[in-house]
Amino acid sequence: MKCKVCRGPAVIDIRRHNANFCADHFLKYCRDQVSKAIHEFKMATPDERLLIAVSGGKDSLAIWDLLGELGYQADGLYVGLGIGEYSETSGRYARDFADKRDLKLLEIDLRSEYGYDVPTASAATRRVPCSACGMSKRHLFDKAALDGGYDALVTGHNLDDEAAVLYGNVLRWQTDYLARQRPVLPERNGFPRKVKPLIRLSERETAAYCVLRGIDYLVEECPMAAGNKHLAFKESLNAAEQQSPGTKHDFYFSFLRKAADKFIDPEAEPLGVCERCGAPAGSELCSFCRIVEKASNHEPVPVELVNRKYR
Amino acid sequence: MKVLLRNPTRELEMRGPMSVQKLMNRLELNRESVLLIRDSTLVPADAMLADDDIVEIRPVISGGA
Repeated sequence: MKCKVCRGPAVIDIRRHNANFCADHFLKYCRDQVSKAIHEFKMATPDERLLIAVSGGKDSLAIWDLLGELGYQADGLYVGLGIGEYSETSGRYARDFADKRDLKLLEIDLRSEYGYDVPTASAATRRVPCSACGMSKRHLFDKAALDGGYDALVTGHNLDDEAAVLYGNVLRWQTDYLARQRPVLPERNGFPRKVKPLIRLSERETAAYCVLRGIDYLVEECPMAAGNKHLAFKESLNAAEQQSPGTKHDFYFSFLRKAADKFIDPEAEPLGVCERCGAPAGSELCSFCRIVEKASNHEPVPVELVNRKYR
Repeated sequence: MKVLLRNPTRELEMRGPMSVQKLMNRLELNRESVLLIRDSTLVPADAMLADDDIVEIRPVISGGA
């Protein structure tokens, strides 16, 4: 295989673009795709302050690195979720990345600051772990972005993430979710602007970017995510992608181009305010404060027990 | 060759030489879902793997969204 650009030895093939790249031109391709997404969807400008939701995995560390390469100012926020050894290891990867590059990493620990962890929240609220985790992270990332005066919150959602979420939403015709599935959600009603600059890169490409940039990240899967439906949707889409390269890109970008505007977000109307924390809320307490109320009064539950009993 | 797999972490011994594509086929892996890494860098699909190579097959799919 030869690089499409320089004809030197290629290290990766991108079948949906019918292109092979050497290491240098693949890294340029990644920068170009992120830059194109930022400009096309008006995500951010270089004079703005960005906060990145950092997990210690490939996507959040790749986008932190890419934004720096493209001249954006970005700090990171890591949330300690209390998922046993997995959380300890992911925190180390996030800290090491920031330390080596002299970047600012903010940290929040669920257990020490809010009195619970994800396994306990899952058990206490009878939610699947990914739901309790996602709800906690969304609230804390939103709050940190607003409190810190950041112009936008950046997440590491890539093309595979967005295509899989779209696939799940379409299978069940969840029209409210379809209305909110955008590369940019503008600041509104107590929520910060949220942007997804990795939407033009696949998961394989963000992982390859990390390998070629020498970025160490947590490869192991979250023990609580194993077997979730999101992974099953990704596997289905990858089976289609193998037969017909470009399927995931066309599915997602055709949705944005042809269908996204046809769905209406019911949450676009202003919500009330949580009487405890002041965050947007549909009832007296926001979803996060309801989790805190239940989970912080619950006996701590180990990861293994949640995986056996509450999945 | 020694093949390191993840999730769960395990090792396999395979006889080389063998192309990356053939290894993927033998292990019934979708190339969209993994990277093949040798000596800390990526190995393309048409490359040959030697009998004494040590390679990692790294999954790229993650569950969070």
